[in-house]
Amino acid sequence: MTAATSPLHLAVALDGAGWHPAAWREPRARPDELLTARYWTQLIAEAERGLLDFVTIEDGFSLQSARTDRVVGRLDAVLIAARVAPLTRHIGLVPTVVVTHTEPFHISKAIATLDYASNGRAGVRVRVSARPEEAALFGRRDFPRVNLTDRGDPAVRQLTAGLFDEAADFVEVVRRLWDSWEDDAEIRDAATGRFVDREKLHYIDFDGDYFSVKGPSITPRPRQGQPIVSALGHGTVPYELIAKAADVGYVTPRDADHAKQIVAEIHAAGRQLADPVHIFADLVVFLGPSEAAAADRKARLDELAGRAYTSDATIFTGTPARLADLLIEWQRSGLSGFRLRPGAIPDDVEAITRELVPELQRRGSFRTTYEADSLRGLLGLNRPASRYASVGSN
Amino acid sequence: MTKPTKQIHLAAHFPGVNNTTVWSDPRSGSHIEFSSFEHLAAAAERAKFDFLFLAEGLRLREQNGEIYDLDVVGRPDTFTVLAALAAVTDRLGLAGTINSTFNEPYEVARQFASLDHLSGGRAAWNVVTSWDAFTGENFRRGGFLPQDARYERARTFLQTTWELYDSWHGDEIIADKESGEFLISGEAGRFEHRDAHFDIGGQFNVPRSPQGRPVIFQAGDSEEGREFAASSADAIFSRHGTLTEGQEFYADVKGRLARYGRTPDQLLILPAATYVLGDTDVEAAELAREVRRQQVSGQTAIAFLEQLWNRDLSGYDPDGPLPDVDPDPGEHTIARGRASVRMHRDPMAIAAQWRAKAAAEKLSIRELIIEITARQTFVGSASTVAGEINELVQADASDGFILVPHITPGGLDEFADTVVPLLQERGVFRSEYEGSTLREHLGLAPLNTPAAARVAS
Repeated sequence: MTAATSPLHLAVALDGAGWHPAAWREPRARPDELLTARYWTQLIAEAERGLLDFVTIEDGFSLQSARTDRVVGRLDAVLIAARVAPLTRHIGLVPTVVVTHTEPFHISKAIATLDYASNGRAGVRVRVSARPEEAALFGRRDFPRVNLTDRGDPAVRQLTAGLFDEAADFVEVVRRLWDSWEDDAEIRDAATGRFVDREKLHYIDFDGDYFSVKGPSITPRPRQGQPIVSALGHGTVPYELIAKAADVGYVTPRDADHAKQIVAEIHAAGRQLADPVHIFADLVVFLGPSEAAAADRKARLDELAGRAYTSDATIFTGTPARLADLLIEWQRSGLSGFRLRPGAIPDDVEAITRELVPELQRRGSFRTTYEADSLRGLLGLNRPASRYASVGSN
Repeated sequence: MTKPTKQIHLAAHFPGVNNTTVWSDPRSGSHIEFSSFEHLAAAAERAKFDFLFLAEGLRLREQNGEIYDLDVVGRPDTFTVLAALAAVTDRLGLAGTINSTFNEPYEVARQFASLDHLSGGRAAWNVVTSWDAFTGENFRRGGFLPQDARYERARTFLQTTWELYDSWHGDEIIADKESGEFLISGEAGRFEHRDAHFDIGGQFNVPRSPQGRPVIFQAGDSEEGREFAASSADAIFSRHGTLTEGQEFYADVKGRLARYGRTPDQLLILPAATYVLGDTDVEAAELAREVRRQQVSGQTAIAFLEQLWNRDLSGYDPDGPLPDVDPDPGEHTIARGRASVRMHRDPMAIAAQWRAKAAAEKLSIRELIIEITARQTFVGSASTVAGEINELVQADASDGFILVPHITPGGLDEFADTVVPLLQERGVFRSEYEGSTLREHLGLAPLNTPAAARVAS
């Protein structure tokens, strides 16, 4: 089998009514239901009907916009994922977590619990936040007011490097806590009266520049052992985090050549995990039955928003068939999959699940049935032994 | 003049990380798989209970410097499991303990508001405080809080979350596709809170939830805890399940409400209660004795004694007499991460009581600990237990009970199927849910939303 026909992995990134700021005004949008369980359940069930690997759920602590013509308000992404978990069977659930303002101990047990509630389909996308207004919601740290999109500014570089350094420590703590209970720690030994074998519970004794955490977790080792950790990156600093500690990295190439460069840069950086990293390209998609119809739809949204939509990721406007061409072409750059950001919900999600997916299946590039019962399994990753397993057994 | 008959409130406690929970029984299932939580929630909802309750402990307990291994160990994340339970239940309230010391108000407010949205108005928060550096070792700030500041921080933490919830009035989102107006004002969610503990400001990003805010529970029994509950809680999770103690506590706490401009029906008293049912009272009594022996093994008895004595007693025979040596009056070091240890305020006096009781009743260490720690609240046939529960509630010893099964996950099934129908027959417990929110189940009036208040003024 050649690389060109090997299956690719597909995820969708869910955020409110879709990624275009005017998406909520589309005829089929349900902007008054964005805070309901039903909205998220139906949306993720649709993604599961399309056999997608996983969904990510965006999150952040501050209000999305100061404008009154855009969607504002959002629910905690981990809790959305948990609310949907018992109602789905196969699809991976990957909520976003802001690591800058949260406790690694809480996040580790939250994702472990999501893994229990979903029978092994949990992941997390870690995000840093350098925004002063987000820090002010917590009042625990101050960040300088700098233009964060100006990556050439030394102050921005220093701030970003520190936050990603902290994020790496955060991921390390979360992972150690997942391993802190060996799989067979619960023994229920009536003869000795012991419920657990304390030799198989481990202090993680993490002591870093930003925090120290003693452990062990209060939650036993999750189903997958290590749920999936993922991160989005646009440059060298986050690429290092992806290379070192993530199972999946989301990147934003301009084209196939750029994708190849990014893949090479990530693969050249040091890795701590046994399994290779999956690199997914992010694309914002506006799909339609014809090129013209897709373009018209995007133009209509742009007009409603009062400006042309821009994004950190490449914007694709066209037919599902042409998107399939592009995915297969970019896949040859060493990408293992794509995280598609639907321009509008539900239209672009349904175009992915009902048109793009069958198109890819016809070309032998996508699964025709769920082949595994865990998210690690769908991504072809083994269930790792606890890093402490050899320490505890004697 | 006769008092009107009170309606009883009932809730289910997921069996805890302590020796009440019997894990050695062949019927005992997983304490961590989601199916166990689902099973208990389904039984509670079938019985039309007010809510399911989940406790929390943020560090594994230790004794003699080692992880305590005699009880069930391991818990889920409270918010996450409650959100998942919202998917498999329709009406049952979802109550969880969240520590105000090792969290931040903005994040907790967001999580509870999210849970309230995702459950259609069924969220409740049992506010607990802690100060110990032992638990703090799992968190960024470590043990940063002096013991005497914990209630003050809890109070201002809770107050801050209320300000966050009230920063949305409930009428801001228009989502008018035609006009393009999503929100009536760009100032929605604006808040600012500055005090000795929190200096925060900005815009809260969760619009108003169905209940406005979660129902508030309080569990502390101290003077400060009672005052905190009287000022701010909707329900108290108390320890006083007997007639006399219950009535005293009930009168005391309800008597404090007027000072805060509140009425007695605005604070429910719900003691935790264990139970053992049998076909007859005699059979139940026999079963109860057996359960107590399962709950208090010889090792567990010694461990309990060590917690009061504050010293290693592993050399003592649990079937023998109490130690001659006195408790170590120094700083408590033997057991850590255990809430009950803090209750031993005067170990010498308690040890004297225990010795007197053991001598008078000729009890071994294990027999004594069984007597002291494990006596069930309700023991009897379904009819006896239904009668006792009703009497206690009608006599104002409580407004209902939070039932603690000793078997996971099926320990509530028999209660749900035998005791509850009898209470329903007497007309003192609902046969169908009348409302959809937990506030409605508890008979609490809807909150005056800021929007409604504005309309009224």
